[in-house]
Amino acid sequence: MSKPAAFDIPYTRFLDPEGRAIVPVPAFAQDASALIPDYRAMVLTRTYDAKAIALQRTGRLGTYASCLGQEAVSVGFGSVMQPGDVLLPTYREPGAQLLHGVTLVEMFLCWGGDERGHDFAGPREDFPVCIPVATQAPHATGVALAFKLRGEARAVVCCFGDGATSKGDIYEALNLAGVWQLPVLFMITNNQWAISVPREAQTATATLAQKAFAAGIPAEQVDGNDLIAMRHAAGQALEKARAGGGPHVIEALTYRLGDHTTADDATRYRDDESVSRHWKEEPIARLRRYLADAGVWSKGDEEALIAACAKEVDAAAETYLATPPEPPEAMFDHLYATLPPSLAKQRAALIEEAAALIAEAKGNG
Amino acid sequence: MARKITFQQAVNEALAQEMERDETVVLMGEDIAGGTGGEGEMDAWGGPLGITKGLYSKFGDRVMDTPISESAFVGAAVGAATAGLRPVVELMFIDFMGVCFDQMFNQAAKFRYMFGGKAETPVVVRTMFGAGLRAAAQHSQCLYPVFTHIPGLKVVVPATPYDVKGLLIQSIRDNDPVIFCEHKMLYTLEGEVPEEPYTIPFGEANITREGGDVTIVTLGRMVHIANEAATNLAKDGIECEVIDLRTTSPMDQDSILESVESTGRLVVLDEATPRCNIATDISALVCQEAFDALKAPIRMVTAPHVPVPFNDTLEDLYIPDAAKVETAVRAVMEHRQ
Repeated sequence: MSKPAAFDIPYTRFLDPEGRAIVPVPAFAQDASALIPDYRAMVLTRTYDAKAIALQRTGRLGTYASCLGQEAVSVGFGSVMQPGDVLLPTYREPGAQLLHGVTLVEMFLCWGGDERGHDFAGPREDFPVCIPVATQAPHATGVALAFKLRGEARAVVCCFGDGATSKGDIYEALNLAGVWQLPVLFMITNNQWAISVPREAQTATATLAQKAFAAGIPAEQVDGNDLIAMRHAAGQALEKARAGGGPHVIEALTYRLGDHTTADDATRYRDDESVSRHWKEEPIARLRRYLADAGVWSKGDEEALIAACAKEVDAAAETYLATPPEPPEAMFDHLYATLPPSLAKQRAALIEEAAALIAEAKGNG
Repeated sequence: MARKITFQQAVNEALAQEMERDETVVLMGEDIAGGTGGEGEMDAWGGPLGITKGLYSKFGDRVMDTPISESAFVGAAVGAATAGLRPVVELMFIDFMGVCFDQMFNQAAKFRYMFGGKAETPVVVRTMFGAGLRAAAQHSQCLYPVFTHIPGLKVVVPATPYDVKGLLIQSIRDNDPVIFCEHKMLYTLEGEVPEEPYTIPFGEANITREGGDVTIVTLGRMVHIANEAATNLAKDGIECEVIDLRTTSPMDQDSILESVESTGRLVVLDEATPRCNIATDISALVCQEAFDALKAPIRMVTAPHVPVPFNDTLEDLYIPDAAKVETAVRAVMEHRQ
């Protein structure tokens, strides 16, 4: 009997949950102080995340999807993206968005229901958060196709979660990226839960990474709570993609410590004990211990960082809260390059209607 | 006099001329190169009806055969459009929209809007529609009303070789997503087409025949049916004004309303099934905006509300013909208030 094809999935972890290096760390991490910017980004991400939840709970932000516990995934690949790369994020990747130049104010605006928050001043080509599941995967292949046809050494990062791997758009996009050898990193953040559906109810495969093999794409698993492993794997995949080596799939194993969104209550479907267990593996404490053990991070540094992050996030929240809402006619803006006459009439009518309502409200007031 | 070419040649010529003019224009679709990577690829046959024949030979890698994966390649085209390309995608049959509709109505149509105005999505989805080719219920539908329903999309339904060239070039140069619907029974239709590139603006209907008695609003293949009926009716002294919409989004409402104001009678001819189609849309428009001008109830001539039959006799019965249009016109003419 012959064996026409064989596949294997490497798993990478450098730091154990206690923050000890269990194997020699890669060159970029040998000077532990080089990891401090990533640590800062993770703490900033968590601070932003907590603020977003607080704003939602007090009625000042829309439904919000927390990334608590997943900071190393997003910061890990975000820190190895170059300015020319393009990010197509899901709703749990603010770490990468921040590192790629999206501002905190833009992110608050986005969750506050203001699409001006999607018009990033910095990374013009980055996509906004994709709320529908998996629909961004074909777009990622298209952006990568444009890079490839123009011969540009740029890569695309397409994020999605464990639940999304069941969707046809993912299979179709993987297949296209494989057959056309497009420069895309498909970044699966496996946080074990698709709302209330656990990973094992999503698919019978042993890993999510192996879904890449059906498309002829190499794949690996990474400890998504180990910043060094994430950065290492994503860095190699993106370098390969920029050099014309084609697509790659990384399955980052992590855990959603929070609810699916602020509209969810995860205590209804999972027990505290398993959540507590996963808290012991969370990424920020892990990297902090590593930095502290290496002697590059002190209690004072930590306190200063927490204060600085709180100040930065609070200032961004204030700016967001002070941003006046868009005028009513904004609903017609950005629909077409030029508004067709019949819609221009509707727009004018709406302005009139809104003005009348405002006048009436003033009269009553 | 301009030379005569077929509707199909006009599509091919528009694609070739735009690809020559603008190197960001790329084609994607199933079988459009016709054997890329295989033997005989330079003699590309260009899809099931040969619409893109020869383009791979001229433009090489810019003509991309895709896997049978509509959601991926339509979505990829949408993504590529945001990254500086002008993809023209061929969706072989409009009926296949079911497997990639999300990428058109929920993605392409929403990008500029939801990205806060940041994204341009200059993508064209060329697709073949309509009954008459004995292709049965899953390959014969007139689904342009579905796209017309979606804000953010533009929808083009050309009727002649001249229009298909000008409207396709306009679609490719347009900075919004365009669904470009080609009636499969028109591909062999010949007509005068200038050799040089030209554009026809969206939202400007074409009055193919002037007349003071009845307005017939129609589109696509049905324009020819309407003209045939109008010619027959003229023998009996009934003068029809035939309006070819050319585009359903944006739609030239002014031309429709002006004509109805003048004739006072309206027949709407639409090959699509009758619920929520272009005929109902125009009827509603005229009822709201020109009700007082109407001398008779509006008549709609459409296919029956059933799938397209496979059997050739039944299919012929299904498709609106000139006789049905003439009956409708006579009915509105004979109406007594």
